[in-house]
Amino acid sequence: MTPQSEVSALETRDVGVEFRIRGGAVARAVDGVDLAVRRGEILALVGESGSGKTTLARTILGLQRPTSGAVYVDGEALSYRARDLKAYRRRAQLILQDPSGALNPRHTVYEAVAEGLRIHGLHQGEEAKVADALSRAGLRPPERFYLRYPHELSGGQRQRVVIAGALVLDPDVIVADEPVSSLDASVRGEILALLLRLRDELGLTLVVVTHDLGLAWNIADRVAVMYLGRILEIGPTEEILSRPQHPYTAALLSVVPETSRREPIVLAGETPDPTRIPAGCRFHTRCPALADGRAAAAGVDGNCRSVELPVLTADVSAHVSVCHLVASHAGR
Amino acid sequence: MTLLEFDDVSITYQSRQGQIPAVRNVSLSVLQGQTVGIAGESGCGKTTLTSAVLRLLPKTAQVTGQIRLNGEDVMAMTFGQLRAVRWAQAAVVFQGAMHALNPVQRIEAQLAEPILLHEDVGPKAACTRVGDLLEQVGLPARRARDYPHQLSGGQKQRVMIAMALACRPSLLIADEPTTALDVMVQAQVLDLLSSLVAELGLGVVFISHDLSVLAATCDRVAVMYAGRIVEQGRASDVFARPLHPYARALAAAFPRIGDARFRYAPAGVPGDPPFPGDLPTGCPFHPRCPMASELCRTSEPVLENHGEWAAACHHAGEVLV
Repeated sequence: MTPQSEVSALETRDVGVEFRIRGGAVARAVDGVDLAVRRGEILALVGESGSGKTTLARTILGLQRPTSGAVYVDGEALSYRARDLKAYRRRAQLILQDPSGALNPRHTVYEAVAEGLRIHGLHQGEEAKVADALSRAGLRPPERFYLRYPHELSGGQRQRVVIAGALVLDPDVIVADEPVSSLDASVRGEILALLLRLRDELGLTLVVVTHDLGLAWNIADRVAVMYLGRILEIGPTEEILSRPQHPYTAALLSVVPETSRREPIVLAGETPDPTRIPAGCRFHTRCPALADGRAAAAGVDGNCRSVELPVLTADVSAHVSVCHLVASHAGR
Repeated sequence: MTLLEFDDVSITYQSRQGQIPAVRNVSLSVLQGQTVGIAGESGCGKTTLTSAVLRLLPKTAQVTGQIRLNGEDVMAMTFGQLRAVRWAQAAVVFQGAMHALNPVQRIEAQLAEPILLHEDVGPKAACTRVGDLLEQVGLPARRARDYPHQLSGGQKQRVMIAMALACRPSLLIADEPTTALDVMVQAQVLDLLSSLVAELGLGVVFISHDLSVLAATCDRVAVMYAGRIVEQGRASDVFARPLHPYARALAAAFPRIGDARFRYAPAGVPGDPPFPGDLPTGCPFHPRCPMASELCRTSEPVLENHGEWAAACHHAGEVLV
């Protein structure tokens, strides 16, 4: 089977998510995303606050219903009937940024991990499953942690409990939203190594939402860069982080501290309001290539301001981006 | 000129579990126009140490050694003197800007408060100053009329920095000022801090657990572990060629993108930082250290040379085979 004909573990086809906000305006948090994730792959979804990366992750998990397009799991469209969703949530688990907020302070570690099993009525062999999940998450020997409360654990241990709670249901897919950004530097590497090991040992498919490109370099096979609800560039991690095409990716990469080989390109301002997505290329209002005249020199500045770019198609192997300037170089 | 000097400072908390030594024998100084970074994890004592500068510690904390701010012993100050020094000589940008602002007060009122309290100016003059302060941190003056919820995280952090600058201090203590901010916003805030140092000749103490951020912004860096400084030196040296195994682990935690050694190889330290009330014998890092020897288990190394570049490690600079 060629990679192209292989069924993706997860796929979104032209997914859009709109929120109606006070005053009647419509915010398009996700504005057309085609994305395919292979089984056993680690994909990093990278972007700033307001890029729609968390909304997209929630949509993949079925926590958010898309207003257009659809999510496909193993080639089948995700069904939003209550029973189907419950079954899907057994297979697809979420890990959140702040483990202290994700754990009930009055539940012991055992209760926190067993909760998923109880919700899904899986009472048989509960203790063995909890013990197995805890040791998989690196809390060994598991019995020593059963009766501990979250406040008795360090931040890294708490995040391991959250991960054990996800693993206990034997999921195929884990979506992790900034899994290490609230953890200490020395613990961070350990948790990332754990995620990498889970993929290798259990063949998990992992979508990691992050603004941290170092994390992507540490564990991701592919990187998708999101801006204002769209993917601007996607491809294998080595390619994206060594030879970024899109000016936005280049800017993000340049401000990672101590990659000082590059002159930092600090973009002014923040991501625009998703109720008013700029015309033309959605990044043009902050684009350094448009501001410094590179786009004009290539004769595409008019296009940047007025011609909308297509949605990137879900190709699991190519390194592609949507940018008028990049297209003009490629066309030459 | 030396703005701030810690001279053999130790800070102990009294608690039900007994004496908790949070900071142990720290000596460190900050010159005018200099940015000094303090790196370390939660519980290493970095926030306790810097809170002592303005005597912001709870009553259960006992401080020994001397802390001198512009040459004056902070611990010997009367409350009135201390009140005059706070904001006007040294100000703090606290961690978590999102939650430090009062949600039901306009930015204007919050920025004007320290000015009205500390200086003999009327509301009108204070209002003008607020506008200037906002522009100094790169926000339009009209944002003074906004409430905190109308600002983004990065903008709130700018407001916090503006507030710290309100009474023209010579020393700024920034406690994790960019944690929880996006990379691009972090870059903007770091740029702002560097330009303020250059323009106003401020001295800055910059606390972070991210050594790569400190390396990019600081002149000197001190790495703390279990209440002690375990390594200090020029920021670029400590980040590029750390002597202490703990500093080495911190430096490797944020990988150099493009470096094949970090690809699919996240680096961390096994185990967790020790509880300050129950420190291991010998070097407190030895249970987590890949280079620990018998000597490390029994005797605690001290930082001999507080000058240029030094590490408190029996195996400083040795390479793990």
